[in-house]
Formats: sequence, structure tokens, C-alpha cells
Amino acid sequence: MEQQKYWQSFGELNKLNANQSAAKDEFQEDLPFEMDDKGLLDVKTPRRDFLKYMGFSTAAAAIAASCEMPVKKAIPFVNKPEDVIPGVANYYATTFVQDGEAVSAIAKVRDGRPIKIEGNELSPITRGGTSSRMQASVLDLYDTSRLPYPMANGKEVSTFDAFDKMLAGDVAGIGAAPVVLLTCSVTSPTTRQVIGQFLTKFPGSRHVQYDAVSYSGMLLANEASYGRRAIPSYNFAAAKVIVSLGADFLGSWINPVEFNKQYSIGRKIDEKNPTMSKHIHFEGMMSMTGANADERYSHRPSETGSIALALYAALGGAVTAPALNTNLQNAVRKTAGLLTGNRGAAVVVCGSNDPNIQTIVNGINASIGANGSVIDWSSTYNTHQGIDAEFTTLVNDMNNGAIGALFIHQANPVYNYFDSKRFADGLKKVKLTVSFNAKMDETTELCKYVIPDHHYLESWGDAEIKMGQFSLIQPTIYPLFKTRQWQDTLLRLSGATTDYLTLLKQYWGGRLGGDAGWDKALQDGVITPGSSQTSTRTVLTAPTSGAPDTTRSAGTVPPVFATTGAQGAGFNGSGIAQAANAIGSAKKGGKTELVLYQKVTMGTGQQANNPWLQECPDPITKATWDNYATISPALAKSMFGIDLTKNGDTDAYEVHPEKPVIKITANGKTLELPVIIVPGTNADTIAVALGYGRGTNAISDSNDESDDRINKARQNIGKAGGAVGKNAYPLVAFNGVTRDYILPAVDVDKAGHNYKVAQNQTHQTYEDRTEVVLETSLPQFRAKPKMFQERREELHKDFAPNTENFEKEATLYPLFPKPGIKWGMSIDMNSCTGCHACVVACTVENNVAVVGKHEVTRAHDMHWLRIDRYFSGNLDNPSVVFQPMLCQHCDNAPCENVCPVAATNHSSEGINQMIYNRCIGTRYCGNNCPYKVRRFNWSDYMGADSFPDNQRGILTDASMMMNDDLTRMVLNPDVTVRSRGVIEKCSFCVQRLQDGKLKAKKESRPLKSGANGEYDVKTACQQACPTDAIVFGNVNDKQSTVYQHRADNQGRLFYSLEMIHTLPNVSYLAKVRNTDTPVQIGEVQETVGGHGEKEMEHQDGQEKK
Amino acid sequence: MTRDRRLTKTLIKTLILNLVILIFSFSNSLYAQNGQALFSQNCASCHAVHKDLTGPALAGVEERWGDKDRLYAWIRNNQAVLKSGDKYANELYLKWNKTPMNLFPNLKDEEIASILTYIKSVPDPKAGGNAAGAAGATAGQQDGGDNTLLYGILTLILAVVALILLQVNSNLKKLSDEKEHIPSLEPVPFWRNKAYIAMFTILLFCIGGYLTVKGAIGLGRSQGYQPEQPIYYSHKVHAGTNQISCLYCHGGAQESKHANIPSLNVCMNCHMAINEYNGKEKIYKEDGTEVNGTAEIQKLYKYAGYDPAVSKVWDPNKAKPVEWVRIHNLPDHVYFNHSQHVKAGKVACQTCHGEIQKMDEVHQFSDLSMGWCINCHRTTQVQFKENGFYSIYQKFHEDLQNGKIDKEKGITVEKIGGTECQKCHY
Repeated sequence: MEQQKYWQSFGELNKLNANQSAAKDEFQEDLPFEMDDKGLLDVKTPRRDFLKYMGFSTAAAAIAASCEMPVKKAIPFVNKPEDVIPGVANYYATTFVQDGEAVSAIAKVRDGRPIKIEGNELSPITRGGTSSRMQASVLDLYDTSRLPYPMANGKEVSTFDAFDKMLAGDVAGIGAAPVVLLTCSVTSPTTRQVIGQFLTKFPGSRHVQYDAVSYSGMLLANEASYGRRAIPSYNFAAAKVIVSLGADFLGSWINPVEFNKQYSIGRKIDEKNPTMSKHIHFEGMMSMTGANADERYSHRPSETGSIALALYAALGGAVTAPALNTNLQNAVRKTAGLLTGNRGAAVVVCGSNDPNIQTIVNGINASIGANGSVIDWSSTYNTHQGIDAEFTTLVNDMNNGAIGALFIHQANPVYNYFDSKRFADGLKKVKLTVSFNAKMDETTELCKYVIPDHHYLESWGDAEIKMGQFSLIQPTIYPLFKTRQWQDTLLRLSGATTDYLTLLKQYWGGRLGGDAGWDKALQDGVITPGSSQTSTRTVLTAPTSGAPDTTRSAGTVPPVFATTGAQGAGFNGSGIAQAANAIGSAKKGGKTELVLYQKVTMGTGQQANNPWLQECPDPITKATWDNYATISPALAKSMFGIDLTKNGDTDAYEVHPEKPVIKITANGKTLELPVIIVPGTNADTIAVALGYGRGTNAISDSNDESDDRINKARQNIGKAGGAVGKNAYPLVAFNGVTRDYILPAVDVDKAGHNYKVAQNQTHQTYEDRTEVVLETSLPQFRAKPKMFQERREELHKDFAPNTENFEKEATLYPLFPKPGIKWGMSIDMNSCTGCHACVVACTVENNVAVVGKHEVTRAHDMHWLRIDRYFSGNLDNPSVVFQPMLCQHCDNAPCENVCPVAATNHSSEGINQMIYNRCIGTRYCGNNCPYKVRRFNWSDYMGADSFPDNQRGILTDASMMMNDDLTRMVLNPDVTVRSRGVIEKCSFCVQRLQDGKLKAKKESRPLKSGANGEYDVKTACQQACPTDAIVFGNVNDKQSTVYQHRADNQGRLFYSLEMIHTLPNVSYLAKVRNTDTPVQIGEVQETVGGHGEKEMEHQDGQEKK
Repeated sequence: MTRDRRLTKTLIKTLILNLVILIFSFSNSLYAQNGQALFSQNCASCHAVHKDLTGPALAGVEERWGDKDRLYAWIRNNQAVLKSGDKYANELYLKWNKTPMNLFPNLKDEEIASILTYIKSVPDPKAGGNAAGAAGATAGQQDGGDNTLLYGILTLILAVVALILLQVNSNLKKLSDEKEHIPSLEPVPFWRNKAYIAMFTILLFCIGGYLTVKGAIGLGRSQGYQPEQPIYYSHKVHAGTNQISCLYCHGGAQESKHANIPSLNVCMNCHMAINEYNGKEKIYKEDGTEVNGTAEIQKLYKYAGYDPAVSKVWDPNKAKPVEWVRIHNLPDHVYFNHSQHVKAGKVACQTCHGEIQKMDEVHQFSDLSMGWCINCHRTTQVQFKENGFYSIYQKFHEDLQNGKIDKEKGITVEKIGGTECQKCHY
């Protein structure tokens, strides 16, 4: 049987020359010597000069070093707080809030500075899960472009009192004209109370909630179907069949951290009885969630409604199924069969913002019994409440001059409203404009007053993420700048005498039983259902057209997910026929269609100035620092003449970072973006990520690219995020009711020029070694559960014919004992969804440098942990496998043998140690590493040494941002900041391991690594992972989770490239796809001859067969 | 015989008596020694035996209280005694400006007894009697003298003698040659003698090389560094004379990677009451100038913003931190954790910091070089049997049992991976 081919790049797929020569060198660049053909002696820097300079620099260094040591001061506290011990970290429970989204978090505070965010394991919603944006949010606190003081008319106001006086005067001046408070979705019950007070003070005023990415369609459809304008809870863990119609629920849809956690529960496999959920995905583009699907069907985005209708019809719904192509018809039939077969354990989710489509989806869910099983109406989300019509009315009112004052908090319509020009024009007609936004963003720039709000790590607050499930926010640092909580400003304006903190304490003190209850809740960070009985939605006085959803009676205790049965709601199908008609008469797709999506790392663009997020590659395209148009291989061929099966074309497209630029025109607006070819994209679909191009469209609704504007964007938004990529929000369509992120007809054209995109998919290749990933299908696995185990045993027999002791016999080197602890990691590839939370967590924990776009194009990216994305199958609809790849800490490590100075060596605990202060930068280790996980500091990225020449000319402003005194506050003081010229790589978070061991020693007990769910150590990636794909611990401890994980999953266990006898300490569990299409798995090759030949044979055999 | 028997009897009697006395005094001193430890652990931060600190001098405390039970109750929970309306207790409380005393509910009767025994055993310094101790200390210091100089001089003398003998030898040879009429060359003076020049060059090279290498290795090290501090703070007075536990001020050493220089509030705990230095011993700077201890306390008050003449209560808001000069510095690429050594390893502070209780001004005792760390890790045993963490090293436990591992050498830090790079560099 031929082995299924896995490829990271098109060059790899087609075995192209340029790609192979690139793969040969770990470090593709020549040394920075100016060489010509005259020979070494005659080059511009000959040997003698070199010796002269070396002699001089040695002497200079000796003189410099022998000078007197600098005097260092040690300044203790004046009055040390009792719970602070310098050098010991404190942990505070708080909540990550952004754009309405809220996730319970724990902030690690070291010597007064928050330096790391973890998930709160007590949260019944996310249970310790995090996302890449949440992990990176700690850097936003130290953002150099935050507004440091309140401003009026663009000038600093020295004190809050002066500001309040000015503002109060202006507020009095607007007379009886209505006041509008424009915010993102408000989840905080106390803030709602504050808003209530504020609105009562100003009669005729109202509160408008505006979400950057709208969920109005769903809210309205649910109102029509269930009588409640709300989004119910989903529990993917309870679903055996998950059907997604373009909903990127693992990446960006509603609450991805929670969904990742639930989804992974259904993807864990018990070997004794292998079952798993089945995930069917219909979409136009290739999304991260689609990449995880068991079965994925690509279609034109405009067909989403038709597919929903066809599915509903196939399930017996009283609608006529529209025409679809055969492939989709079959898919719908099959899906409908699965849904009916799993009644009560199946769900259909849809990412569309069209209320008609969502109404049909509601109909489907009602007919398959999802309500009450997977969908829980007893607890609805507060994170997305914005109704587009309300905002449209507001924009109209503003333009009519009917608004007296506009207060804006965490809303930025000038940037992310499609008709931003109209909003900006309206803003000019409002007498008083006040912004609470933390930055001089696009909207704030046009406001009269700015009083920046605290960062969430500086704030007090609370969040009701779902109805009845609360999470508290407490400050972890004294405010860095002269900022004030926006609630305090509102309270002052409403004439209240108390401040927000007092109000918050009173509110919760009353509900939690006084100070003790409040303290306990603060410590836990979450208030679990049952401990409080609060109905918080009654204070809203917003004159919304529909009835507010106060249907939940006070006193009902919403269940914790997955423990008790979910509640359903009465479904009212009267809207179905009308919705079906609307879908039927909707505009048919044009030649090319456009999808606007959110990247898992960038979201709506609020965190654009976060260099960690900018440098974190997209899971699918592996591109950094830009947005782009993803197109299908077919479109690439027809439009740009790039034929991926042709050598020269692929080289030209792939090896060079320059990508052809496409011009997209829709609704009279154009956007020029580079193209990235993504296999699996529907032939006529283009996808563009939102959240980029910050600061470039302040006044007009197109991207303004004058130098002035770009400079201003970099100054206002920040060096890392200002004017990076293009703003795609102006292209968002409006169908009269809701904003739509699918454009059925756009015009495309070649722009005629190229643009560099920093992609790292061609970096770090495996030189054709194929056994890096292993995959099978569920039926195959059921039939042969020992398949992979037998392969391993066969391999061991081949290499160790005498003793069958693979470890010992297959090498010349001796085995070294690991008497105490032996660290090991096991990664379940079936759970990993490719969300990249671990990548950012690793960057934060280990002070990994940001190198900037230019350096990424030169393959100089520094991530210690990367997530490799493999395609397999055909170009039109390939399968995708994600594999987290980090240092494998090989017990027989190829890198250790080649280091001339023993700067990398092995510890008795099984760690491959990298010693920076010993490294002389030969990079032999990096070349010899089969997994390509070693990173070289080509430059002084973090300002670790004192020679400015090590940065000059190499680093861009964006990476220099990490060299600012303010930004450097985020560095982990327990990890050395590496200087230029040394190699670095994953250390298994050795600082955490040492800390955990010390904790155990102080308590005089053995290390806990998972027995009874207790951990002394967790690596940063393990802790960040929302799907618990990464397990880590002491392998010598038979109670540890990692030992159990390996023992329980012998059938799927494999080591990457095991045949080269590196003896990794990182193991993987093979991916299992719940599909009937079998996955081809190559057989282990019969081997002859010595070890070297064996390995070659092994490799070649698989290719030839 | 009779005489003998009497002698034996007397001998036995004396022996028994001696034994009894010995046991008595021994047990007594044991008590007192325990008491001393307990005293410095619990009491010393606020009390001295013969001097009023934050709390009253404790000499004669038993006589003052009279009733043993009342005193014990007071020590354990003074607040309860105060509440019970005890007259003496309340008077005392008022006399000491209502400064509350810490509670020690966990002290056992024997422990309190041993503290009191210790208090009784401390002689009043005003009565003299310190002379012997001082003399002993001086004698001890001379004992540890260095013989390098002596050897050096001896070597030099021997070298000169050898040189002279060589000269004499050559002169004699010349004389005898002359006598036997063997023609000899004009003697080469020794500064042009090639053998001498070669010898000298080699010597110079060796010495020069040694000094260069030593200097290069020593770059960035600062053994003996003894900067002048903003306040003349004598560790000898605090940790030596007054027996304050190191951890009272440097509590971080138990819990953190940093031992931590105490914050001002720790200083002020005691120095709100102690506003003058009246120790018997005078204190001197390194250069021999005498230091006025009271003036140094005044410097502290200035930093603390505390003026006893204005208010007896210290307001930390008026204080500004003292900028101490850091003495012990490690390079940034080294991770060192105090609690690892002090709490887990049970290493005494003095092992690395020297006899800090005898230093007026602190200097860097060890060179803090990597070789110094490694050497200690090679020889120091971990708390292998005592600490439950090491129970997972089953093989080593067995080997210790059956003698495969030398019991004397034991399980050293090195043995469990304590000399691997990434124990300190990450």
C-alpha cells in the first residue's frame, strides 16, 4: 500500500528542486562575508585584518572588563506588604475581557508586574482553557501607544478634577438633546447598573451596543424562533454529530475557548472502545475549524442558505430543497442521515449573519432534538448583544443632528463599521463626543474628550459571561498611566457619590454574604451557579424593538455544562416558510465570491498592536504580519497562471516571499491584497481576514495610504499594528437588516504588482522524512487497533534483532540512567485543533523574541514551539493534520554530539539542555537536528547586550517595540534574555520544573505530576492548551498523567522519526479521523545492512512503493 | 587493705559526685542552650535580657511576676491576661505605650522554662565578665594565621643560598682549575650567562602567565568587596552581640530566590524603641575611625521620616527607601535560589557569607565563582533521608543500604544532577 502523502508546501507535494535545495540547509543564508572568486586572502576582509580586529577587540574587551565593576543598588520596600515576597510570584484571579468576550483568567504577578495569563480552572465555562489572544493580552498592558492621560480637544488635561469640570460644563450645555452611550456588548451586571443610573439621569438617553463582528442575524432568528433575543449555550461535548455551516467555532465563533474544551472531550479516544464525535463541515474558505473536520465539503459561500434548506428538507422540513450540485446533494443526504441517526446528540451550527439562514438552522436543530441536549436555553450568552438595526438608527440620528452627546466605550465604528464615512460624518454633528477607549484609535481621534479606561489587568469589575455564570475582575497592578475606569466617569456624571469599586463591593457583598463571601469570590475569580441568585438584565432601559430576554426566572440555577441536562425552549416554526422564501429569492452568487473572516490570532483587530499576535502564524496559511486574500489553486491558475503542478510556477510562487496582488472590488470599494493559495478553498471563493489595516481609514472608508496617514497610524495604534495589512471592514455588506460577511459577487482583477508576505510554511522541512505524522481513520482503527503498535514492534525487531531492546541495541552510545525524575511529554494529535494558544504561551513564558516581518521572510523566526500544518489528499479538498512540534529532548540527541563546546548536553532528568552562556554560535546543532526546532539569534532581538550595532539595520520598529523599557516589564525574570549569536530552543520550561521541584522539596514530599489531578509542574504550552492535548510530567512516576497517557494509548502511540533512534522524550498519539475514507498508511520496510543503510532504505522504500 | 578500700570509696564517691555535677551542669546547659535558640527565635526581636528594647529587659522577669502560672499565661497569650484585668499586666501595657506583644500559643511549658533559664544564665554586662570571652576571641583569631609569608621568605632565602652556593662552586672550580693549570675561559658574569637568562625567562613567563590567567579568571569577580553603605549597619552588633536571627530580617531566604534586604518597617519594629547605641563594644570602620552608633540610628530615622520628639508613632508614608549598595552580585545568566539552599538544603548562611555575625561592615566572603559553586555541590550531601522528595530515588536508597554507595560520602548534590548546566543556567 502506498503511504498517504503529507505535505507542508506545494514544493514538497511535487518534489521540486528549489524546495529540496532549500530543505538541505537549515540556515539558508550565506555568512555575511563579502566573498568573491579571488580566494579567502584577497576578499575585502582578509585573514590578517580579521586577526588584527580580533586582537584589538580582545584587548578592548579586557580593558573594558577590568574597569571597576559598576555599583549596583538594592532598594528594599519602605513598608513591605505582608503578602508580597520579592522574587515570589503571586497569582490573582481576574477576567480577560475584550469586545464583549470574557474568559476567566489567572494573572501571574511577579514583583508587582503581571507577566503571564493563565486560564482559571475553577471556571465552569472554560475550565482553564485559554486562547492565543488571551495569552498575549498581558503585553497590551505595557503597550507603548496607550494614551497616558485624559485629553480634551487633543490636549492633555492635567487632573481628573479639571477634566470632570470641563466635561460637566459641556454636558450641561447640550440641553435636552438625547445622550447615547455606545459600547460593545456589556457583560458586567454592575456596569449595567451604572449605565442604568446614567440613563436615568439623562431622560431620553439610550444605550446602544455595537459589536465589531455582528451576531444580529442569530439574535433575530432566535427571537423569531424562540421568542428570545439571545444566543443559547452550546455543549459540543454532548454532540455525537456536529455539523457546521461555515461556523468557525474553534477559531472565532461566539466563545471558541469554551468550544475547544467541549469539542476535545468528544475527540478523546478510549482504546478499549474507540468512539468519537463526527464533525462535518461545509464552507467556502479553508478555516481552522474546517481543517479539523472529519468530513469537509467546500461550496460557494452564497450556497450556505441553500445547503441549510436542503438539509432541512432532507430532515423532513416543509420546505423545498433548492438545486445543488451532485457532490453537495450527496453530502447533504449523508449528513441528514447521520443527524437523524443521532437525534438528541447532534447539532448544526451556522456562521452566517443572515437571520433567514439562522431561522432555518433553528428549524433543523429543533427537528433533530438539539434543544435541551446540545443547545441549552437556560443559560444564554451575554457576549454578543448588538443589534445592527439599532446602530443604523443611531448613525441616522447622528447625521440628522438629533444626538446631543455620544459616549463611546470599546467601540470603534470608524474602523470597523462598513460605512465608516457616514458614521464619521455623523460624529461631527454630535455636540459632545467622549471616548473611553484606551488608545487614540480611529474613532477616538474624532472625539472631543478622551478619558482612557484602565487595561483589564488594572481594573475592578465583573462579567456575566453566560446568564448566571459570573467572573470577577480585580486589578493586578497599580495603573501605569493617568487612566480611570470608565464606570467612575459615568457615575460622576450621573451625580452618584460612590465610586465604582464601592458599588461593586456593595453589589456582590449583598449577594455573597458580606466581606467574607466577596473575598472568597475574588480569590476564586468565578461565582459558580447556585452561590448567587441574581437576575441582572432588568436594569436595561434601552428601547429595543423586541422584548428584552428577562424570561429566565430569578432563582433557577443554570446547570454547569456536561453535568446536568440542558434546557430546551419552545420552538416556533412560523417564520420558516418566510425565511425559506427569502433564501430562495436571494441574490445568486456571481463569478467570484468573498468571505470575510477572523483569524484565530487577530480576532476583530482590537489587539492589532500586539507583536506576539502579529508574529504568530495563521494555522492554515502559516503567514504572519499581514492579511491577504486566500484563493484556490484553480483561481491561481486561471487568474495568475500559477500552475502548482509545474515546477517553475510553484518555485516562483512559493520560494520567494513576493506574492501577486489581487484587486477586489465590492460595493464600489476596492481592496488590493496579496494572494495566498490555500488548497481546499472553493474554486471561486476568496477569503480576507478582518482586523488588519488599523489606523489607515480614519476619515474615509477606504484605506488611506499616504505617508502621513501611515505615520499617524503607527503613532496612534502602535509600531507593531499600525497600518499592517489592509482594512477589510469597509467591504462588509449590509442586507438592510444585518451586516453580512459573505459577499456573493465581487469583481476581481490582477493589480499587476507583487507584495512580500512573511510565511513560514517552507521553513524547517524534514528532508523528505515521512514518518513525522501518523494518521488513520476510525473504522481502520477499530479493525486494527494495534496497527501502529505493531509497526513500532516491527521497527524495534529490525534494529535490535538480538535483544529487541531498541534503546540499547540500536546505538553505539551507552544508555544513561535517569534515577529520579525523567520528564516526558505526550501530545494527542486528535485533540489538537491548531489554535496556537500554546505558541503564544511559550513566547510569553520564555521571553522568546519578536523578530519582525522582514526577519520572518528570511526564516529567522524564533518560536520554540510551532504547529506544523500538513495537507494530504487532493488539492481541491485535502485533509489537514496539525502537529505541535517542539524540541523532542531526545535521549540520543544528534545535536549534542556535534556541539564543539558542549553547550548543549543532556541532563539526568532527560532534558536536552541548551546553555546560552557557553554557546559560540556554530549552528552545527541546528543543522543536525532532524526536527528543526533549534533557533539562532541572528540579531540582538531583545536588546540583551550593549552593542547597538547588533540591532541596527536589522530590526524593524515592530521588533524594537519589545526593547522599550515599558514593554520589557513583561519579561519573565526567571528566564535569561538571549543575546546575539546563540542558539535557543524549547527547554521544557525548565524554570517551572525547577520551581516545582523546589516546592516539593520544601514540603518534603515527592513531586506531584498528575496523580489525583495534582500538579507541581505544568509547562506553559500544557497549561495554555484549551483541548488538553498536551500532557507532561515525570515518566518515572507510574501515577503520573504522562505515564498513564502513554500506557493507555499504546495503539496510537508513536515517536516522530523513531527509526533514526533519537529516543525522543516527546511522544505523539496518532490522529484518528472519523471518516469512511480510509487513510493510507505505508508499511514498515524490510531492512538489510547497517543502521545507516537501514534508515535510508526506510526512507526510500516509502517513496518508491 | 583498709586504706586501699577507703581510697576506693572516696574515689567512687568523688566520681559519682562529679558525674552528678556533670550531668546536672550538662543538662542545665542543654536547657540554657535550647533556651538561647528559642529566645533568639521568638523574643530577641523585641526583647534583650539586660536592656529595654521594644519590650522591657527580661532579666528578673520571674521575680517581677512572682506567680509562675500568670507569667506563662502572659507569654502565651498576653491579650487574654490583659482582658482578665490583671493589674500588673495592665500597668505594664500602659507603661510600654500599649505596644502589643506577639502571641505565642504554641510554646510548651518546658520551652518557656528553658527560655527563662537562659535569661537567668546571661550575666549582666555591667557587672563585667566579658573580658574572658574577648580574650578568647583574640586568641582564636591568631590561631587561624596564614603561613604563606613564612614559606615565601624561606623559599627566597633558600634560593639565595642556592645561588651563592652555585657561585661558590664555580669559583672553587675555577681555583682548582688554575691550580691544576687547566686553562679556563674568562668567566661570564651571571647576567650574561645564558643558563641564568633562560632560567629567568622561564620563571618570568611562568609568573607572568600565572598572574595573567588568574587575572583573567578573576575578571568580574569581586571577592572581598566591601562598599561603604548609606547607613553604617553593623551585622556584628545585630546578629553577633544581640543574637538576632538572620531570618528575622532576611526572611526571603526561606521562601524566595532573593534573601531580600529588609524593608524599613522591619528596622523600625525595633528601632522605634532603640534610639541610641549604648553597646559596650565600640564600633569602628575598616580604616579605624570610630563610629557613633546613635548617629547612625538617627540616619535611619531620617530615611524613615521618624522623629520621636514629634510622635511616637511611625508613619511609613513619610519614609523614603534606603539605597543600599549591593554586595553579592551574580551575572544575569545565573539562576540562584536562596530558599533552595536554606530551606531545602539546610545550608547555614555562614557557609557562603562567612562569619557574618562577626563582621561590622559586610564584605563578600566567597568569590561566587562557578568553580566555587561546583566544588561545594560535589562534596555537600543533600538531605537525602530526611527530605521526602528524595524518596523517589529508590536505587540510591538501596545502594546506600547495601553499601554500594559510600555512606561517608553519601548522596551529594552532584549525584542527583546538581552539577548539570541547566540547574543554574536557563
